[in-house]
Amino acid sequence: MTPPTTSGPPESPRPAEPTDAAVAGARGAGRTNRAGGYGGYGGLRRATAGRAGTVRPRRPADEGPTRPGPGPAGAGGPESGPTYKTGRVHRLAAPRARRGNALHAGAWWLWALGLATAASRTTNPLLLGLIIGVAGYVVAARRTAAPWARSYGAFLKLGLFVIGLRLLFSVLLGSPIPGAHVLFTLPEVPLPAWAAQGIRLGGRVSAEQLVFAFYDGAKLAALLVCVGAANALANPARLLKSLPAALYEAGVAVVVAMTFAPNMVADVARLRTARRLRGRPTGGVKAILQIGLPVLEGALERSVAVAASMDARGYGRTAQVPPAVRHTTNVLTLGGLLGMCAGTYGLLAAEGAAYGLPVLAIGLGLALAGLRLGGRRSIRTRYRPDRWGWRAWVVAGSGAAVAAALIRAGSLDPAALQPGVVPLVAPSLPLWPAAAILIGLLPAFVAPVPPKESAQ
Amino acid sequence: MIRFEQVSVTYDGAAQPTLRDVDLVIPEGELTLLVGPSGVGKSTLLGAVCGLVPHFTGGTLRGRVTVDGRDTRTHKPRELADVVGTVGQDPLAHFVTDVVEDELAYGMESLGLAPAVMRRRVEETLDLLGLNELRDRPIATLSGGQRQRVAIGSVLTPHPKVLVLDEPTSALDPAAAEEVLAVLQRLVHDLGTTVLLAEHRLERVVQYADQVLLVPSPGAAPVLGSPSEIMAVSPVHPPVVALGRLAGWFPPPLSVRDARRHAATLLTRLPMAPPPAPAATPAHPASVAPTARPVPAPAAPAEPDRPAHPTSPPAGSPAGSGESGSGESGSGESGSGESGSGSGASGSGKGRGGEEAPRSGPVPGAGLLARLLRRGKPTPGPETGPGAATATPAEPVARLSSVSLRRGRAEVLHGIDLCVAAGETIALMGRNGAGKSTLLATLVGTLAPTTGTVTVRGRTPHRTAPQEMVRRVGLVPQEPRDLLYADTVAAECSAADSDAGAAPGTCRELVSSLLPDVPDDTHPRDLSEGQRLALALALVLAGRPALLLLDEPTRGLDYAAKARLIEILRALAADGHAIVLATHDVELAAELAHRVVILAGGEIVADGPTAEVVVSSPAFAPQVAKVLAPAHWLTVTQVAKALTGAAPRAQAEPRARAGAAPQAEDTPRAEDTP
Repeated sequence: MTPPTTSGPPESPRPAEPTDAAVAGARGAGRTNRAGGYGGYGGLRRATAGRAGTVRPRRPADEGPTRPGPGPAGAGGPESGPTYKTGRVHRLAAPRARRGNALHAGAWWLWALGLATAASRTTNPLLLGLIIGVAGYVVAARRTAAPWARSYGAFLKLGLFVIGLRLLFSVLLGSPIPGAHVLFTLPEVPLPAWAAQGIRLGGRVSAEQLVFAFYDGAKLAALLVCVGAANALANPARLLKSLPAALYEAGVAVVVAMTFAPNMVADVARLRTARRLRGRPTGGVKAILQIGLPVLEGALERSVAVAASMDARGYGRTAQVPPAVRHTTNVLTLGGLLGMCAGTYGLLAAEGAAYGLPVLAIGLGLALAGLRLGGRRSIRTRYRPDRWGWRAWVVAGSGAAVAAALIRAGSLDPAALQPGVVPLVAPSLPLWPAAAILIGLLPAFVAPVPPKESAQ
Repeated sequence: MIRFEQVSVTYDGAAQPTLRDVDLVIPEGELTLLVGPSGVGKSTLLGAVCGLVPHFTGGTLRGRVTVDGRDTRTHKPRELADVVGTVGQDPLAHFVTDVVEDELAYGMESLGLAPAVMRRRVEETLDLLGLNELRDRPIATLSGGQRQRVAIGSVLTPHPKVLVLDEPTSALDPAAAEEVLAVLQRLVHDLGTTVLLAEHRLERVVQYADQVLLVPSPGAAPVLGSPSEIMAVSPVHPPVVALGRLAGWFPPPLSVRDARRHAATLLTRLPMAPPPAPAATPAHPASVAPTARPVPAPAAPAEPDRPAHPTSPPAGSPAGSGESGSGESGSGESGSGESGSGSGASGSGKGRGGEEAPRSGPVPGAGLLARLLRRGKPTPGPETGPGAATATPAEPVARLSSVSLRRGRAEVLHGIDLCVAAGETIALMGRNGAGKSTLLATLVGTLAPTTGTVTVRGRTPHRTAPQEMVRRVGLVPQEPRDLLYADTVAAECSAADSDAGAAPGTCRELVSSLLPDVPDDTHPRDLSEGQRLALALALVLAGRPALLLLDEPTRGLDYAAKARLIEILRALAADGHAIVLATHDVELAAELAHRVVILAGGEIVADGPTAEVVVSSPAFAPQVAKVLAPAHWLTVTQVAKALTGAAPRAQAEPRARAGAAPQAEDTPRAEDTP
């Protein structure tokens, strides 16, 4: 028995049952928080009913309390917003995120890679700051409470660290940038002539070289932040679900490895606590060394247990394929890879450019065919893979648009995107590239909103 | 459905086969409960059904195991995945994905079911197990009961004909265990699934079983029969069966309901007055420093909420020198709560897994332990024994006042006030996630309270160096293995001695008393669950902490190991250690605790003497209390003792002495007769 809502459109009670919703709405209004009174139906249903109920008092008077049933529910497409509101804007508004309407993980990655491409095209700190700001805003607006979503802060810190490191190296090792504004002079370590090819230790530190190092570091930091944003927004396991069947087993290995790390961190914390119970200090190198072995042992045991569980649950079952198909697969894959190698070589070598591209294309085609055929051996099916809907197009497209705009701006007005450091000038904000970067904010309005409960 | 033909399993390097010539047929569509003491090969038997033994674990399997006609020799576990669903002891080790819904679908994906079928079955299973609210939750954020249900759900979705579960309820609170068992029963009744389940906590499951498969001892042939037949002879049995055997009911009752039908007759044989719980009054701190100085002061009841027994201090003070035997005189005379450690412990041993003697640590273990601990007493620093003696009588070992603890936004503990007196045993109970472990962590100092103060022996735990804390408070964590780092038992012991600043050999002596037959060079990982717990306990006791904390100590222990643990803890309490147990095991709490504290949502909702708190509660009452409900009987031991005591009292007074002896003989025989 499938609960009625599960196959229905995400946020809308089914058009066929407006009276039910009305009753539930009335109940919901009566006892605001007891939406659970509607026994026998799935929780999704309850959530909807409860929302309808709590929303009711806020409804405009012209609709009238006697028509709580969502009249226009039928009009709501699968992607439409809450159906008790009418109007085009509301129908376009981002729905609450659920499994069914989850944005494709690949869309988030394309968006983030678009921003990263844009960031790689400029050293203008204002534009870089804007890109970081855009990424940060989208993450703040759309990330969930899942463990991987907490990684964003770590990437921000990593970015700051990169900038700091870049500045430090610039101060210590000097820089080829000529500079007139000497800030201070470090004692210089004399290096033997053979070692001093473009390196020095200590010496003059100019403002220009620091600014240059800062711009450079900021670019790298922005790249990292973009990757961090994708990491925080996209569920890595779901991304791997989109892999072709032939690569599935490799994907599982990666997923298991990814759960391995957090578990090990938890183990370390637990064993450090246990050390305290034995009356030993919890900090220090010695503590780490002493708990290292048990942590590894625990991790190994867990891996074995997971492997046993996966085996008992049918992991690695394969279909019988005719030998002919197997051989064809091998030939295709091997031939495809060889073709790709040859093609790449042709492209890079001086004389082979003419046939390099076609060979590469043929190789790629063969390899893909091999993968597809290899997928036949796997009998796996996929449970609710993420669908690539229009919201995914918008999200991915916004990233691509930002990248395209900045690449274009780089060729039209390189000076604005690469502000000079010699002579030292304040960077100016080029208007239309900045406006283009703001396109990257679209996902914050288009992507489904993560539910409040999981945002704790 | 499941057929074993002359099956023997020998693991690599083992001298003895773990299973020997097992021949059995497990009937289809029934819930079969696999029982037996630890180490008889229950897990191996379960593993052989799903093919993990020997395909995954190694070892040699002789004979033939067929499941639904498929031979496990020729079918790997993955090829049995559509017939057998397996859930191991630790649900966390079972999960492959990270979200509930994906986890439910995982098995079906592997089997290659059509997406529409998968979708429908996931929804059905979510409803069947009441998991719909959790469908999008990361598995890491679920509670123990929820995880167990998800694990069961994840093997249900491929619609296996056989479900194999290894201790599905041992980590769960009573309510969550009921939930899981209700699900299993529904599967058997509604879907005709064959369920094979191993469990130590028989009091929870035996009434649900259609068949019981008993493996009485290692290498013995398994016996399959109806639950009442098997329970009449089984060396492991729940308290209600022990009560039935004691009272001579046949067939022994399996559920509280069965037993209540007989209860009226038993109640007439019992004294009317509410019996003194064996643990009603803690043994007094008088015994803390008995050999050094006979201290009268701490003998006065320290806590206002503890019933003051005017008779107990005189009984307790001489008890200091004549260790456990003294309890006998006290209880025999007045029937008051001064049941000494020795008598109480041996009684419990009988009541539970008494007949077979798998108990490697003999009863004297308790007395020996007490003696050992006492022998060390005069030497240690000011904060151990003498510290208690010199402190004012009202000074508790530990005190929490209005302690709150927040983790992020969540308030895990809220306004906790609690005092722990020396010699007192407190059971912390409450559902999974109620804050029991957190409370223990604040007592031991691994977590600092957000507001409020914690004092253990005059120190604030989280601000005190671990080296000093270890002499005040010791915690045996839920997973005792966390405490063990070294390669051998001997190395662990010497490390513990140096950690605690104890004389070399202290810990080893404790280990020998708790685990008499464990050689020095054993690797801690090779110990059984119960042995590992005892080793961890010994390590913690090396510092002679005044306050001993245990987190879920009976998880995975069979009745014999549990009986030994009870003896040990009783001896420690009698010796003046304050003990706080966080446990779901109501029977353990009834045996041991003087006081029960029930937590819910991080607050104390009940705090009082065990009998008062526990008897009225549907979830936390032990079986005996439920059977003899209005009266405050908690354990079989109590009833047994009362029966021996009650008979003479009913007779003429002068004949009491003469009558007592035969009656005392009677009791164990009543157990043996069935």
